[in-house]
Amino acid sequence: MPARSEIERSDNVPEQSDSVLDRFRRGDLDAFESLFREHQRSVYGWILRIVRDPAAAEDLTVETFWRIHRAHERFESARLFEPWARRIATRAALDWLRARRPASELTDQDVADLPSKSAADPGIAAEIRLKTSQAFARLPPGLRIAAVLSLIEEQPQREVAAALGISVGAVKLRVFRAIRLLRKDLLEQGITP
Amino acid sequence: MNPHDDDRIKQLLQQSLPPVDPAAEPSRDLWPAVLRRLDAEPVRSATAPGLLRQNWFDWALLAGLVVFAFSFPATIPVFLYYL
Repeated sequence: MPARSEIERSDNVPEQSDSVLDRFRRGDLDAFESLFREHQRSVYGWILRIVRDPAAAEDLTVETFWRIHRAHERFESARLFEPWARRIATRAALDWLRARRPASELTDQDVADLPSKSAADPGIAAEIRLKTSQAFARLPPGLRIAAVLSLIEEQPQREVAAALGISVGAVKLRVFRAIRLLRKDLLEQGITP
Repeated sequence: MNPHDDDRIKQLLQQSLPPVDPAAEPSRDLWPAVLRRLDAEPVRSATAPGLLRQNWFDWALLAGLVVFAFSFPATIPVFLYYL
């Protein structure tokens, strides 16, 4: 497969179809840029929901689109681009979570810095919030992704399953296991959920 | 554990890690970074040598399993049972 500089621009690509997705599949950089412009915000938002770190989410968005470009020949233009991109983004985010050391996991400042829909409830003590977020960060990455998307972000389990490449039943099982591990961790810290 | 307990955990999680703002967007245009990445690591074709490079761990694991199976043939039915 050629390097970017060798990839044909749209004016050099034989006319097979006008579809952006078809042109992307043939390696057209203009089509890839169009898809990037259209989907970068949703891909970034999806990754941010998982990693909860804006700087890392930007890096992983770049990584995701690089992987998308790398896999352009395998894309089936009859399929939707968004779910395919989301699945690649989820895999990139999972790799990042696995590579991250537990010692550098979420701090209270990280949580405060995250662009969120609502402010934290002052009725719940800051210490409990911190311990909960730290316990959450200690969950295995596979369980954490399923839990963050299902429980915190309240994404439809069908979409979570599609992004993770597993069944809805497997998502439910992961969420169940995540809750059980969280409860155990919190109880060990003296917090009764 | 009952659904009420699960709801309590969910509520605690949402308060500790508030849901991300759906309108959140990157702080900068990421397209130049994507182009830099493409230039730095040109896209490779998924040819046989490429696959071999990327999946070296799978091959090493398979080789280990074959050696193990030859060393302890009695374990083969156990492996087959769990496949």
